[in-house]
Amino acid sequence: MHTTAELIIVAIILLDLSLAVSGSLATCIRLAAAQGVIAAILPLLAGSGAPESRAVIFSSTVILLKGVIFPWLLTRARVKANARKDVEPFIGYPASIILCLGAFAAASWLGTRLPLPETTRVAWIVPASLATIFTGFLLITTRAKAITQVLGYLVIENGIYVFGLALFVEQPLMVELAILLDIFVAVFVMGITIFHISREFDHIDTDELSQLSDWHPQRDGEAK
Amino acid sequence: MKVVAQYLMVLALSPLLLGIINRVKAFFGGRKGIPIFQLYRDLFKLLHKTPVYSRTTTWLFRAGPIVGLGAVLCALAIVPFAGRQSFLAFDGDLILMVYLLGLARFATVLAALDTGSSFEDMGASREVQFAVFAEPAFFLALAALARGTGQLSLSAMFVSLTPAAWQSAAPVLALVTAALFIIFLAENSRVPVDDPNTHLELTMIHEVMVLDHSGPDLAFILYGAALKLWALGALISCAVLPRHSASWFVDSGGFMFMMFVLAAVVGVLESVIARLRFLKVPYLLFTAFSFSVLALMFQAAR
Repeated sequence: MHTTAELIIVAIILLDLSLAVSGSLATCIRLAAAQGVIAAILPLLAGSGAPESRAVIFSSTVILLKGVIFPWLLTRARVKANARKDVEPFIGYPASIILCLGAFAAASWLGTRLPLPETTRVAWIVPASLATIFTGFLLITTRAKAITQVLGYLVIENGIYVFGLALFVEQPLMVELAILLDIFVAVFVMGITIFHISREFDHIDTDELSQLSDWHPQRDGEAK
Repeated sequence: MKVVAQYLMVLALSPLLLGIINRVKAFFGGRKGIPIFQLYRDLFKLLHKTPVYSRTTTWLFRAGPIVGLGAVLCALAIVPFAGRQSFLAFDGDLILMVYLLGLARFATVLAALDTGSSFEDMGASREVQFAVFAEPAFFLALAALARGTGQLSLSAMFVSLTPAAWQSAAPVLALVTAALFIIFLAENSRVPVDDPNTHLELTMIHEVMVLDHSGPDLAFILYGAALKLWALGALISCAVLPRHSASWFVDSGGFMFMMFVLAAVVGVLESVIARLRFLKVPYLLFTAFSFSVLALMFQAAR
């Protein structure tokens, strides 16, 4: 049973790496969705024997949200915003993957220093979650599109979710559901925002959205 | 006695792998394909020809194929057969094996540079460039395996690899196998990296380096390539076939069947995917590298 969980952890890490190197926006959306779905399978493997009905309902809710609704919303935002197909990274793919590998090294060092409750026996669950969170930050900071910022946000949530599973006891279910609801609203709002940004400015490049419209330093200088 | 027998068997059977790959590709292309034993006939034919040497070449050019074949023959003596002891096994032999393969490549590259042809130089440059990415990945994959099994000799590593090891350390072994498979394709210049059937000098890597060799020299190179295919494939087969029965014949039969399956997998792969662009090949090798690094880190954290 633990071997299956470890295989899922490895799959999550490999998805992190492929998110870091994938050049196509549609692929990135699919990869983030796949990561959410396989992370959602993890709690079913946590206990021994057949999973409880509560865990099943929880997992299926997460799978429905992360595997179906989020990708659908994001794809819709991508199509409506007429975004170009590539993610336009600021740093090269080899640099991204090296950063990710470095994050794993750092995360595994950090993982050995974090004491975990005895219930968790799956190796590498903490490093994997930290590395996933780092990948999310990488997506947010080094990609030009507004959609990849939402994607990075989702990947961070995947990482927090896996981290929550490391401390799996009864209560976090409710917390996790609440976070999930927040994320749902956030993705919804961000989808609308991206659409509005692209209608207003004809693009969704975040590095060009660096000036506030009611703040003009030059004009202020002239007034003085 | 058995170790010598299995070594001789490898020497006799390895050209068959290329025949299987070609037949599988022909099947997917809707052709009948060349006979499965074609490489044996080619080798026999080439051995009876008189080699032709260009006036610009020196002894380096003549030494290339012989050193290459000799190095691969030695490397093959280290590689385990059917998860059993090879006849040249000692602690740390995995380093010798990797560097013997490196020596073979170095000899081929020197011979290619010695011809003074710009195409062969380009091929040599590419071969070495890809090796820069492939070798660390290979080393780290073997290091992860060594760390996982607690053994330092290739044979001992694969002897102690049992189904129980797959059950407890499946992620590490899966990552190592995946990395080894990518390295297997890259080192043997198979499809996503290089196309052995290409005849356009601009796109060739390995094949362009041996354009000037003829007669027995070419036979040595072709045979060396077949042996190298076996040597790297044997590592993968040993990794995915960890079960050892008491009978040597059953093990050997299963292992050789696995080798042929591996050849068929390569054939299918070459039929369904195209080779990568040159600039993308380092990405593929980098993937293998990150698989190895992950396997090693995962193993270290267990």
